[in-house]
Formats: sequence, structure tokens, C-alpha cells
Amino acid sequence: MLLIHCPYCDETLPEAEFTYAGEAHIARPADPSALSDEEWESYLFIRSNPRGPHHERWRHLHGCGRFFNAVRDTVSDRFLTTYPAGQPRAALPIKEAAE
Amino acid sequence: MNAPISSFPPGALADTTAARVAIAPACGRLSLRARGDLAPLEAALGLALPGRIGQRAQGGTVQGGAIQTMRLGPDEWILQAPEAEVAGILAACAALHASHPHSLVDVSGREVTLLVSGPRAAELLSIGCPRDIDSVAVGEGRRTLFDGATVVLWRDAPDAFRMDVWNSFVPHLADLLVTGCRELAAETV
Repeated sequence: MLLIHCPYCDETLPEAEFTYAGEAHIARPADPSALSDEEWESYLFIRSNPRGPHHERWRHLHGCGRFFNAVRDTVSDRFLTTYPAGQPRAALPIKEAAE
Repeated sequence: MNAPISSFPPGALADTTAARVAIAPACGRLSLRARGDLAPLEAALGLALPGRIGQRAQGGTVQGGAIQTMRLGPDEWILQAPEAEVAGILAACAALHASHPHSLVDVSGREVTLLVSGPRAAELLSIGCPRDIDSVAVGEGRRTLFDGATVVLWRDAPDAFRMDVWNSFVPHLADLLVTGCRELAAETV
């Protein structure tokens, strides 16, 4: 089972307490009606799906209930870092914390 | 008042040498959501709201009844008090709405508290709780997961827990705990 660090609870907890919530840092366009169909489609559906570090949202559903952002390596499934929602995108590369 | 449902009368469910499981008498429960300056709310409630998630505090109201509170999230607390106190607590905080917007909701009828105690109570909880039970210190608590249902776990002593479970999950979780209790008791040590 994955262990995930919740930045609000400041504890490292089993994955079962969390839910995945898609890619992070996707801002809703301020004026959707001004967008072309292609731009709207890319906002709604097009995701980066990288091989390697992926910025994604998680929710501590069975805990504090908060959404937060995480960087997870999609190859090794390791969480590189987690940080509260609203903070700027974590810069890469991230050195893995010593365990 | 948001009345507790009558389907789960208080009383013992299982009592073995390993652990005991019981349904606790109904109590008043309030969900508090607030952020910013908490001092006026703390003054109205007569207690200091705990500052770290999982931390608990106790205090009294104008009538002198005990309120227990635990921080569940960055802006969320659960309050437990005798049923008779609920109206008073709501009234004391209602006056603050204009100057300090917050949400204080009576959720007394939402949950049932299961009491789990006995020498192997922590081990019993590990049948449904993926979290390390020992990471919850005595006198603290956490909202966590128990066999798929969100529960609020209060640790009152090394071997005494309270678990607040939403009504619809109670029959399943209570059955699971009773079965676990019997299995632990049947083990030859």
C-alpha cells in the first residue's frame, strides 16, 4: 500500500484514506464563452499523462477532507512531494526525501 | 433538536476477554466550520479550540455542561455535549454570525458512537482501520477509515476507544467488531 503524506495533517498515512482527483494546476478559463471549441476541449479533456513525475491532486477524503497537490513518479509510483492546494507548481526535479 | 434515531439502543454488543463493544448513550453533536479569528467563538463556547488536527479539548458552556471537541480538518471541528446543552451552544454562537461568519450545525442524529475497550481493543480496531492505531495518542483522536466507512476515532485510554459512525454504517461495523471480538477471544494465546 502506498503511504501518502498529507500536508494539512502533517502525517504519512495509508493510501486507503485518500482519493485521486486528476491532474493538478489546471486553471479554469476566466471567460469560457470567449474560447474556441478546441481550447475548451483541451481544457476539459486533454491531460499531459507524463512518464515520470506527474503533478496531481489528491484528497484526504477519510481524514481532514482537504484537496492537496502531489508529485508522483508514474514509473516507480513513488510520491516525490506533497504540498497544499493553492501553492505554485512544485519545481522539478525533486530530490527524494530520505526514508 | 436533530434527534438521534431509535434503532440503536445503548447497550453492550459483545463482552469477551479480548475486548468489549457497546453502543454509547446518545449525545449532542455539533459540526463547526470556521476560519480566521477564532477567539470570539472560543469565548462563546467557553473552550479553546484545539489547534492541531486530531487534538482534543474540553470546556464548559454558560450552563456549565462539558463540551468535548476535536479538530478534524484545517477549518473543521466536531463538538460533543450533553443533549440538553445543544440549544444553548447554538444560541451562544448564533449572535456571532454577523461579525464572524461560521457554520455550526446540529448533527446529533447523524452518528452513533460505538465504545471499544478491553486489553486487545487496539488490535481489534486494526481489522478495519488501515492506519497505525498507535499513531493516535491517548487523549487524541482522528477521523479515519474503518472497513470502507469514514469514522471519527477518539482514544480515551491505551485500551479504550470511541468510534463515531454514521447511522447507515452502524449495523455493518458493529457486526464486524462483534465478530472480531469473538475471534480474538477464541485465539489461544
